[in-house]
Amino acid sequence: MARMKFLCDAERCIECNGCVTACKNEHEVPWGVNRRRVVTLNDGEPGEKSISVACMHCTDAPCMAVCPTDVFYTTEDGVVLHDKDKCIGCGYCLYACPFGAPQYPQESAFGVRGKMDKCTFCAGGPEDDNSAAELEKYGRNRIAEGKLPLCAEMCSTKALLAGDGDVVSDIYRERVMKRSGRPQTWGWDKAYGKS
Amino acid sequence: MKLKKKSSQVAQQADQMTGQTGNGISRRAFLRNSGIAAGGAALGTMLTPGMMKKAEAASTAGGKTETVRSVCTHCSVGCGIYAEVENGVWTGQEPAFDHPFNLGAHCAKGASVREHGHGERRLKYPMKMEGGKWKRVSWEQAVNEIGDKMLSIREQSGPDSVYWLGSAKFNNEQAYLFRKFAALWGTNNVDHQARICHSTTVAGVANTWGYGAMTNSFNDIHNSKSVLLIGSNPAEAHPVAVQHIMRAKESGAKVVCIDPRYTRTAAHSDLHLPIRPGSDVAIIWGMMWHIFKNGWEDKNFIKQRVYGMDEIRSEVAKWTPKEVERVTGIGEADVRAAAEMMAKNTPGTFIWCMGGTQHTIGNNNTRSYCAFQLALGNMGTAGGGTNIFRGHDNVQGATDFCVLSHSLPGYYGLSAGAWKHWSGVWDLDYNWVASRFDKGSYEKAKGKPVSPMNTKGIPVSRWIDGILEDKKNIAQKDNIRAMVLWGHAPNSQTRGPEMKEAMEKLDMMVIIDPYPTVSAVMHDRTDGVYLLPAATQFETYGSVTASNRSLQWRDTIFDPLFESLPDHTIMNKLAKKLGFADQLLKNIKVNGEEPLIEDITREFNKGMWTIGYTGQSPERLKEHQQNWHTFNTTTLKGEGGSTNGEYYGMPWPCWGTAEQKHPGTPILYDTSKSVAEGGLNFRARFGVERDGVSLLADGSYSKGAEIKDGYPEFTAAMLKKLGWWNDLTAAEKKAAEGKNWKTDVSGGIQRVAIKHGCAPFGNAKARAVVWTFPDPVPVHREPLYTNRRDLVAKYPTYEDRKSHYRLPTRYASIQSKDYSNDFPLIHTSGRLVEYEGGGEETRSNPWLAELQQDMFAEINPVDANNNGIRDGDSIWVEGPEGGRIKVKAMVTRRVKEGVVFTPFHFGGEFQGKNLRDKYPEGTQPYVVGEAANTIFTYGYDSVTQMQETKASLCRISKA
Repeated sequence: MARMKFLCDAERCIECNGCVTACKNEHEVPWGVNRRRVVTLNDGEPGEKSISVACMHCTDAPCMAVCPTDVFYTTEDGVVLHDKDKCIGCGYCLYACPFGAPQYPQESAFGVRGKMDKCTFCAGGPEDDNSAAELEKYGRNRIAEGKLPLCAEMCSTKALLAGDGDVVSDIYRERVMKRSGRPQTWGWDKAYGKS
Repeated sequence: MKLKKKSSQVAQQADQMTGQTGNGISRRAFLRNSGIAAGGAALGTMLTPGMMKKAEAASTAGGKTETVRSVCTHCSVGCGIYAEVENGVWTGQEPAFDHPFNLGAHCAKGASVREHGHGERRLKYPMKMEGGKWKRVSWEQAVNEIGDKMLSIREQSGPDSVYWLGSAKFNNEQAYLFRKFAALWGTNNVDHQARICHSTTVAGVANTWGYGAMTNSFNDIHNSKSVLLIGSNPAEAHPVAVQHIMRAKESGAKVVCIDPRYTRTAAHSDLHLPIRPGSDVAIIWGMMWHIFKNGWEDKNFIKQRVYGMDEIRSEVAKWTPKEVERVTGIGEADVRAAAEMMAKNTPGTFIWCMGGTQHTIGNNNTRSYCAFQLALGNMGTAGGGTNIFRGHDNVQGATDFCVLSHSLPGYYGLSAGAWKHWSGVWDLDYNWVASRFDKGSYEKAKGKPVSPMNTKGIPVSRWIDGILEDKKNIAQKDNIRAMVLWGHAPNSQTRGPEMKEAMEKLDMMVIIDPYPTVSAVMHDRTDGVYLLPAATQFETYGSVTASNRSLQWRDTIFDPLFESLPDHTIMNKLAKKLGFADQLLKNIKVNGEEPLIEDITREFNKGMWTIGYTGQSPERLKEHQQNWHTFNTTTLKGEGGSTNGEYYGMPWPCWGTAEQKHPGTPILYDTSKSVAEGGLNFRARFGVERDGVSLLADGSYSKGAEIKDGYPEFTAAMLKKLGWWNDLTAAEKKAAEGKNWKTDVSGGIQRVAIKHGCAPFGNAKARAVVWTFPDPVPVHREPLYTNRRDLVAKYPTYEDRKSHYRLPTRYASIQSKDYSNDFPLIHTSGRLVEYEGGGEETRSNPWLAELQQDMFAEINPVDANNNGIRDGDSIWVEGPEGGRIKVKAMVTRRVKEGVVFTPFHFGGEFQGKNLRDKYPEGTQPYVVGEAANTIFTYGYDSVTQMQETKASLCRISKA
């Protein structure tokens, strides 16, 4: 069984925000909700690196561990989804998430939290695949159509990769070999020390 | 700026704009959910009537999805798009993985083009301003009133008093038709954005080796061993191009980025040289100083294919490392490292954009870049070349069709011969065409009076002077009295306060655009403004030329929204009213009111011999469009299938007629291929000798050429002399008699030259010295507004000129005054990835607008602290000509101390005043802001009238 993963190649990401608008386009995500965003560190200085971040679809997802109404579930492809009908909008998943993935639409002037929204890996929700209800609540279900997330498919420099973790790592490994160096993934230096 | 969530304040604003409260449901959701509870009634208030019609149409029928092929309408990379359409509504956008340029990839703009199908903020119907209020009018009323006014101005002041400002957003057919339209109206006062983007490139490059265009392609960068970028930030301006640069880099290519800012592109380069804005020639000569000193130049290439390198060498000798550092701010070690990186890693490509072109010495800059590539022998080879990234999606095409005040389509110029050539193609009597022009004469050439038909018109950079300048100083009958701004953002032009004054002085303004644009709101006029809704390129079809000279065919994705019409239909409507529609469309079929696009393509195929827009028939273009997947993604060559051996989009020159099946020229001046297979050599454009020295190539020729040396351009007489005349058919002989490769409309001369392996345009050396320009050898000159007063004496600007494109043009009289005490900081400008051009279209797209909500200025922490400014503060940025803008401060080390950077896409605020209320109801962009160009200053290139927007002065203070 596939285990779906994102990988953003920081050597290639140029913060063009193509992934962000591709997501808006595909799911008609409203203003103020960003299922995906690009973060730039050391902006404008040597060492600047950009990386595109969304829900990472963790294997042991912290959001799932803390959710009081147990809205989260993992698909057989390893995609972490949630049931908006059960969501109470408490925001506890945002506490737990290491990536700031959960988003809350602004539903009124008083900023009451709406039901949580996040990246679905373009895999919809618990409703029938590509049903009108699924579309309205979660956006399009590309996985059911045999396609991968649009953000990665449209990435301008092919920095953002999505798909079966094995395939993604093969592509990335090949790139690293071609660059004839150690991996440049974000966090490598921190994890293994500078060479 | 950083990504921000929408603040409650903005939310309120947005609600006011739509007249809505609470959470709306998107149109898309409505379309897809038409059967479910959300229901249409709740939506009624959110949708404008036109959209209701659309939405209902979509909800009734039984959804069949078709996929339409188009091309992104933002930049010139030319990314392919798959649009999914259901019942006439654009419902989905899929990556075009099989497209040879983008391989499915998009930047923020390309990934959001489907929003064009929503079009909430579009101009929805014709409007006119009456008594200070916008009023909806019918197309007929608008065209009648506009036409009557134009005819009366023509009667009183002559045809030159109406200015036709066209667009790089036209497709090729519309661009061609628009230039013809202006010609038949009887004026050369026609121009478009190319003037203010790459005019100095086109002039500089064409005068060096023949053609003014990108020589290789984005894909060919895969073959580069080194990449030099100057004044180019593709990570924001052409993101998909970076995909190709990355491929080269990951194969070991070295990347050098020369830019005053540490841009996103600089962050991915091996070496960044942050030069002082406006010191391009100095840094190039500085690198070449090391190249010549170390003997790294390609001596054989220079001997065979370059004229005048010795003169360059003498100029370069003056640029010692010390002097280079004094002028550019870059020390010897970095300059030498950059030079060595490029010299030792060949072939290397040289990429430049607006940072190099938008200067008073823009033409010097571009020619110095060419000289650099010639010295290293990087021209005419895969992996080398001058890869000049153009801006708008069809700015290359609109340039080639010369929506320009100085030439007819195909760069034929404005001579009587050029007019006769085109009158012939148009099947019109030359004398009738001439009769359309003002018969007076207002300037002299070589001592003889010349007619406005043969003199360059006022360029887009100077239309405001055409209005404001004293009539007696302008080389035409009267001032400009009516402006037609057709697909143009005025905020992309400098001198805002004067522009406002000019707009107010006009008799009439006509704005034709999918959006109202800043032209609708910038002035305080109360009457005489018309807004006509044009359709986008997704609502029509035709060909578009990418930066690499490939022509791509777009299909219609959806029908024009609301009451908008395609540009060519609007041209027909206006021509009918103005009385020359029959001549304009003489051999072009008209369906209803819409001229047939394919017939327009066929007509320009018959006339564009100079640059080979003759072989790309509509049939061939459509065949290429259907075969995206068969082209090699590095060479662009068709591999098998019906386009086998042809290059994608038949990059011009695609010689001869379509029947001759020339494959297109993927790399200009590449002698390793025969001309018939897309090879070439430098063009013989500047005569055959100068001062007794031959200008023709020396022992270098394209593969298979029967003349194994340089040769002049082909003429009928030359064919006879060579004994090749009888290779022409009888019909070709008849047409070719007395003609040359540019004017023989049978294509016979081109065919026979190519049959013998020769380039129709001859085989010459490139010239590193352009003796017809103000500075034959490119030299450094300080910007008009410079704070380096110590350099002015040694590197002064030009003397003022009395008439340059019909207008007095000032240089020394401005530079002589020292503004640097009051305005100590250098001001430069550039792009953001989310927006394009003046930004009206992209700021009206919520998916993009959300990502950049505030106009800002990048300021170094030192300058910020010296002026008491903190990150995020509201500040005033003031220019030396009196304009001022109120923007947010972004304190960052991206810019060096002493430099302030602003992005140029904002508009809708003017000198502290929000103009949102002045837009017609429902057409306000989501985001407005001050236009950077409000405070950019006077300054125009000495050859092309390019505006100076990369090196001016400013001061900053807390607002």
